[in-house]
Formats: sequence, structure tokens, C-alpha cells
Amino acid sequence: MRVSIFVTCLVDQFHPEVGHAMLAVLDRLGIQYDFPRRQTCCGQPAFNTGCVEEAARVARQFVTSFAESEIIVAPSGSCIDMVKAHVPSLFAAGSPQRQQAERVAARAHEFSDFLVNVAKVTDVGGRFPHRLTYHDSCHLLRGLGIREEPRALLAQVRDAQIVELPASDTCCGFGGTFAVRYPAISGEMGREKLRRAVQTGAEYLVACDTGCLMHLRGMIAREALPLRALHLAEVLAAQ
Amino acid sequence: MSIDATSRSALDDDRLRGLLQQVTARLMEKRAAAVAEVPEWEDLRERARAIKRATLASLDGYLIEFETHVTERGGQVHWAADGADACRIVEKIAAANHVRRVVKSKSMVSEEIGLNAFLEQAGLKAVETDFGEYIIQVAGERPSHIIAPAIHKSRADVGRLFAQKLKIGYTDDPEALAAHARVALRGEFCAAQMGISGANFGVAATGTIVIVENEGNARLTTTLPPVHVVLMGIEKLVPSVGDLGVFLTLLPRNATGQAMTSYVSFITGPRRPDERSGPGQLHVVLIDNGRIRMLADPIMRDVLMCIRCGACQNTCPVYGHIGGHSYGGVYAGPIGSLLGPALEPRTSPPDLPFVSTLCGACAEVCPVKIDIPGALLYLRWRAMTGATEKVLPHRRLQRVMMRAWAGAMAGPRRYGVASRLMAIALRLLARGGVRRLPRPFHGWTEIRDFPAPPGRSFRRDLKRGRDERSK
Repeated sequence: MRVSIFVTCLVDQFHPEVGHAMLAVLDRLGIQYDFPRRQTCCGQPAFNTGCVEEAARVARQFVTSFAESEIIVAPSGSCIDMVKAHVPSLFAAGSPQRQQAERVAARAHEFSDFLVNVAKVTDVGGRFPHRLTYHDSCHLLRGLGIREEPRALLAQVRDAQIVELPASDTCCGFGGTFAVRYPAISGEMGREKLRRAVQTGAEYLVACDTGCLMHLRGMIAREALPLRALHLAEVLAAQ
Repeated sequence: MSIDATSRSALDDDRLRGLLQQVTARLMEKRAAAVAEVPEWEDLRERARAIKRATLASLDGYLIEFETHVTERGGQVHWAADGADACRIVEKIAAANHVRRVVKSKSMVSEEIGLNAFLEQAGLKAVETDFGEYIIQVAGERPSHIIAPAIHKSRADVGRLFAQKLKIGYTDDPEALAAHARVALRGEFCAAQMGISGANFGVAATGTIVIVENEGNARLTTTLPPVHVVLMGIEKLVPSVGDLGVFLTLLPRNATGQAMTSYVSFITGPRRPDERSGPGQLHVVLIDNGRIRMLADPIMRDVLMCIRCGACQNTCPVYGHIGGHSYGGVYAGPIGSLLGPALEPRTSPPDLPFVSTLCGACAEVCPVKIDIPGALLYLRWRAMTGATEKVLPHRRLQRVMMRAWAGAMAGPRRYGVASRLMAIALRLLARGGVRRLPRPFHGWTEIRDFPAPPGRSFRRDLKRGRDERSK
């Protein structure tokens, strides 16, 4: 099995440690990977803003970058949801580009989905002696239907104490450009999410989407909360 | 005004947000329990969707069929192209019957067409008889939720309001407040010469109007006064009485978590010669007001399936924080962000389709499975590209920026250059984290830090050999 890493633009630019953590887990499992160098972004920022043409331009870049990949793995539920649910529709029905996009979409997996359902592992040999709680990112949960996979992976992490987050499936308020357009609303949603996380007594809030994490980390820093937000890959990579 | 601006006072109002969260959470809990009792729930949703879709696809035929049957039973059908038209029709019926006093049961379409204000100008006193709507009317406000119009008022608020406006002693006991309203409204019911109601469903095959309620006020409104006027959007039709089984199971469970509401009224025609009571006249005003335009649009057509259960408002985290009034129109929340631009295009805030994180919680509870996030994306596309409307100047600028961004993302070399430029800019702004971004990104740093750029991007790390263990 050889996987192609789609690191996503946010991880590439702002949180490379998440990409490295993902590779560390793959290394530990002995899974071969490559990094298609033409990759940039899936086009979601444009698509969610209504700029379909611009999204299509970026999506084309994505599809051609991964055209030869057998399995595509990304540390982001919302990017994979974009790839699966929307990218094919950006190309004319029946066109070769559409067919290529559909092939690529069928091979794309979010990281936890890949580990549990493709690589068939839940114990990746991680050790993380802390109290954790997990936030369900919207597109991962409702778009891709991934709910149990991250929990199953966390359950196998040695010395980690997992507590369920009340209303874990309520949106954290990120929403892409929503976070910039409606900072006051986004902030209240984030504050509520973080208040609940702090109330669980967890030291770490874990999620599978860098968008949510950027928003939540930014709020934690601004409000100096006694909590840290981590990507699932970072928890799994820790030993 | 943008909803970022209109929602800020609501966001500062902890009392309001407490109420919203408390009521919506309770409704969602009750809903979950009621849904769990119905093993075939998902099939019912599919069935409801199929019925609504098929009905909308042949709506012209069903409307004529409905009119024929209403007329056969002695009722009268009126066709209103828009809100003003509908108001004039109601006024004419009132004038022809020398009506001075009107009672109303809850109707969203009546809010949509601005009927109360119109009737007041025409010298008619119209009293809302649903308790929530009555509170709203006494307060001179607008409903802020589809099924719980006074959700933004606590019982203490209502107590103060009644003490001030109705000159009764202050109490915050809900029973006492409801009792007061009941006494006041009994007088109105008896004195009214006309009752105005909405309709939850209209049955094409029989001309029957179906009204679902809990207080009995709709039953009184539609039976006591000598003239009954029904206001209904043209999308409310179902083909036959048999179809109602699906909807009367879905609607109360999804809206309030009830297996059945206290009252379900089936009204077929006015009083018949052998009947001793009931209104002598039944008028049904069928209202377009933008609905035909929705019907002609393949995406917006699905939005017409909405049965106004309010569940999307209850589950929406944005609605839960900002409340209905922040949305600036009659319909609020996820479905309001779709209905507003379609039914109130002149007054609805232009950024309605954008005030959503696209989290999808709404679509998950929609009883007819409207793809609400998909339709919001479609309206965003329309707003940004001018497919059907003029593009606002600030959106032109946003589009230019998005185009530049897409250009930068369209190849690895451009991406590399752009990301390096961005990193330099951010480093200039950073002190630990970036605490302040320039326009138009300042919204991000209003409430949170932006990450300081790491030393290098992931791909540059790879290029320098770190992690290049397998390639």
C-alpha cells in the first residue's frame, strides 16, 4: 500500500507539525507514502464563498496533482469532504475532467478514516499521558459520516484519558470566511465550545480539522485559557 | 446593514442567549425522544420529500384541483400575486362584510405580507390569539421563531410587559399570564366578525385546509366568527388526504416533540345547510409573493418543500446565539436565510446566505431533507457572480481577491511565491501570534490570534530532507 499525502494548504502554511505527525504515524505503521509536489489546495475557500469558477481553477490543480495516486490521505475532514462532495461537480458532466475528479474523489480519505477503514488499525502505538476530549468537526461528521474512527484511535492511545465533550457535534464557529465576516458570532460559538471543553477537565481538545483548530487555538491564546488544542495526528504520533 | 452589525446587541444580551439556548435545547431534546419512537422515521422523511417534490413539480394542476374543490364546497378562492395584493383581498372581504374586528390565529405568511399593519391602516382591529403571537403584538414586535414567536421573552419579561401595557398587576406566573390572555381573548373571539388563519396543509383532492395547533385558538378563530379567511402560500398543497399521515407524523414530532398536537383541524368548506354552527363564508387566499420564482429555479424549488417546523432554528448554533430578530426579516435561522432572499427580496439583509458556518446541523433535522447548506452555497454563488442580481461593490472586491487567490493556488510555483510573501507579511505583524491583521482580514483578529508563520512550510521541510524517509 502506498499513499499520497495531501497535506492541505493550512497545514502546509501554518501547522506543518500536523503533517510531520501524520508522517510519523505512517512511518511507525510501515506505510509507504509520497508527496505529490504539484498540490496546493482543494478550492474550498472559494467554493464556500460562492466563487465557483475560482474554486474550479484550484480544484483542477488538485485533481491533476493526485491523478496517479492510489490512495490520498489528508489531515482534514473538511478538505476531503470538499474533494468528495463538491469537486467533481465543478466539472462538466461526462467530461474527462469530471471522470478524473470522480476517480480522485473515490480514493481520498481523511486521516482517521484511512487508518481505521483502509489500513485497518486502531492501535498506532501512541502514548499520551494526558486527559483529552474530542470535538467532532462538522464536515468530517456530517459530510463524511466519520464519528467513531477518531474515538477508536484515541481509545488505543496509552495512558490517555478520554472524556466525552458535551455537545461535541455542535459547530465550533470556524466556518471558513465566516470566521472573518462574523467575528462576534464565531467568537461566541468558539467560546461556548471551549468553555465546555475546559469544564470536562481535559488538558487537550482534539480535532481532525486544522480550520477548527486554528480558530480554537487563536481563541485559547487570546483568552489565555487553561487548554491546548491538538490535531488527532499529533496525539497519535506522541510516544 | 450586515448581520455582523445587527447581531452584536443580541450577542451582548446574556439573558436573551440564555432563553434561546434553554428553549431550543428543550425542543431538540423532546424532538429526539419523539423521533426515536418512530422506527420508520427516515423512510417517512424520504416519503415526505417525494410527495412534496412531486406536488411542486405539478403544482399548477394541484392548485386548480384545490380551487375546484374549495369552490364546490361553497368556499371562495382568491389568487394573490404578492403581499400587497393579498392584503387588499382581505380588506375587500372585510369591507363587503362590514367587518370591524378581526381575530387571527398564528400565520407566518400573514407576517410575511405585513397584514396586521395594513389592516390597522385600514381602520380594522386585528387581534393575534396565539399566546406567543399575542405577547408579540402587545409588545409591538416581530416573531423571532417560526413556532415559538416569543422565544426571546422570559416569563418575567411577559409579566412586566402585561403590567405596563395591559395595566394588570405584575406576575411572572405563566398560568396567571395565560389566564389573563384567555379572558381578554374570549371577548375578542365573540366580538370578531372575521377570523384569519394560516394553513399547515391544503388538500388538493378535497379542498380541505389542515391546521395544527396546541392552544385551541385556531379552532376558535376558524369556527366562531361568521367569516373565515385562510392565508396560504401556494406551496402548502399535498395531493390527497392520504398524504397527510406522513406529514402529521413528521410535523409535531419534529417541531415540538409531540406525537400529535392538541388540536388538528380539517376544514372543508364553510358551514353547510344542515350544520348549526361555523362560519357562513370561507375564503382561501392563495399567495404567490415570490414562490413561483422559486418554483422556476431548480435549487430554490426544493426550499418550497419546507413545512415550517422550526427544527432548523432549534438546532442551528448561529440562531442559538443571535436569535431571530438579528436576521432582519420574518423568517429567521437556516431556512430564513433561504426564504428571506426569495420572499422578502427588498427588505432582507443581503448577507443572509453568508451567516452560516455550513455546519449542516439544519439539514440533519429537516423533515423533508432540504439541502439547506447546498442552497446557501447556491445563493452565495448568485450574490458573488451576479447570476440573477446585481453584485454589491464590496463583493466585487471580494471576488477580485478570490480570483487572485485562485491564481496563486493554480500551480506549485505560484503557490510557493505567494506563500513566501504571505509568511513575510505575517512575520512583520507577528509577536508570538498575530494579534492584529489588516483589513479585510481584521475580523479574524478581533476575537482571536492568527498563527505566527512557522519557520518553513511543510513542503519546504520535506525538500530539505526531513521526513524524506520513504520517497
